[in-house]
Amino acid sequence: MTVPRFWREIPNRYNLVGTKCENCNTYYFPPRTICPPCRRKGLIREYAFEGSGEIVTYTTIYTAPETFTKITPYVLAIVQLDEGPKLTAQIVCDPSEVKIGARVRSVFRKLGEDGPDGVIYYGTKFTLA
Amino acid sequence: MREVAIVGIGCTKFGEMWDKSFRDLFIEAGLMALADARVSGAQIEALYGGNMSSGIFLEQEHVGALIADYSGLTANNVPSTRVEAACASGGLALRSGVIAVASGYHDVVISAGIEKMTDVGAEKAMDALAAAADREWEAAVGATFPGLYAMMARAHMHEFGTTREQLAQVAVKNHYNGSMNPRAQFRNRITIETVVNSPLVADPLRLFDCSPITDGAAAVVLVPAARAKEFTDTPIYIKAAAQASDSISLHDRRSLTSIDATTVAADRAFKMTKLQRSKIDVAEVHDCFTIAEIMAIEDLGFFEKGAGGPATIAGETAIGGKIPINPSGGLKACGHPVGATGVKQAVEIVEQLRGDAGKRQVDGAEVGLTHNVGGTGGTVVVHILAR
Ligand SMILES: [Zn+2]
Repeated sequence: MTVPRFWREIPNRYNLVGTKCENCNTYYFPPRTICPPCRRKGLIREYAFEGSGEIVTYTTIYTAPETFTKITPYVLAIVQLDEGPKLTAQIVCDPSEVKIGARVRSVFRKLGEDGPDGVIYYGTKFTLA
Repeated sequence: MREVAIVGIGCTKFGEMWDKSFRDLFIEAGLMALADARVSGAQIEALYGGNMSSGIFLEQEHVGALIADYSGLTANNVPSTRVEAACASGGLALRSGVIAVASGYHDVVISAGIEKMTDVGAEKAMDALAAAADREWEAAVGATFPGLYAMMARAHMHEFGTTREQLAQVAVKNHYNGSMNPRAQFRNRITIETVVNSPLVADPLRLFDCSPITDGAAAVVLVPAARAKEFTDTPIYIKAAAQASDSISLHDRRSLTSIDATTVAADRAFKMTKLQRSKIDVAEVHDCFTIAEIMAIEDLGFFEKGAGGPATIAGETAIGGKIPINPSGGLKACGHPVGATGVKQAVEIVEQLRGDAGKRQVDGAEVGLTHNVGGTGGTVVVHILAR
């Protein structure tokens, strides 16, 4: 991804900042500016997630695009945050340790890089709690 | 609304076609379809071209104009429209053509699908396919396309006890069917051992669980049903053309073990035809990964949820089984030129319903279904075709 495209979402990516609809108390990560059930009646506010959740499903990636080739194999999961929303993230652990239902906690980590001279991306990963 | 018929079909061989360009592939499929329908270029009123990613694969956009130009249709300034919905681009091009004819806007329409994927390396192709997912919140954190389907496979195995061998049998069956299809990219037969011993791509999915990178094009000629006999003695009627959307990201779905857009599109299609599921004699479904076929046969309503794996192992989806699935070899063995797949599925079903499918013919097939998925289920297109 280009630098401005990544930079624009740094608060969300670094600090797990999403949104919450104050009208129906639904939490969103990735952030949404329209609450699908409420649409124009929705009242969207920024919300920083606690960072705790549970693994819903997972995989270990062996073949990856260039940005991630240096870290293969790596564990990727869908995590359901305690506030409700689900997101896709890497789990920092050995592939043999991960399982469905495992509790996880968010951590700030390097995500990947665009080759030896390219941009280094940081963001949220999770560790087993 | 008018009923619509397919009166001509064309499809290139699928595979790594080093010597053929994007435009060559389209022209080959298009000319075959025109010859089959005994239609001249001058009769064509509109063109819909399904294509996912000529921008990344070829650094070429505006391919609607390109295909009209190189097939000689600019002389009549025929309107030509590119249609995109990732891997469902072909199905959507077909549905767009059906709507154009059904509405009365046009009488003779070409719906085609084209993808030229092998002009770039495997890594670039993989990145292009990842564009079918959410680039910012899936691909950017390390999700690959096989990785997303692997997470569905894991959830399906966890929830329903689907086994590694059941997944593998999808590929075994589709390679067997592909061995009887002269267009197929892979015509070799494989065993469960071939699949379970192939390299891991995204656990639990291995190389032989994945559809390949493919070049190819397919085209059909659509006309109002009332005029079909002017063009052919064996028109195939489009009884339903249904489409449904869902979240682009897998993590935002209600379920990770069903593709809801498939269920909704199928319900809409069956409602249009007023047919029972049991009336379907043959189906081409979107097996981009082995798990995708198992979910598809469940979500389309051919089998109960969780029964897809056992039914596959029991041979119920083989040619000669209860409901033959992917007689063409599917995406796995016939190949998956992403934008072309949805149209190729219709070409296969037309051949089956005409009784022209040779060694892979499903005996007495009268009604068929096609199921084309974009991304991990953000778009699904279902067509029901009948003699
Ligand atoms: Zn709301």
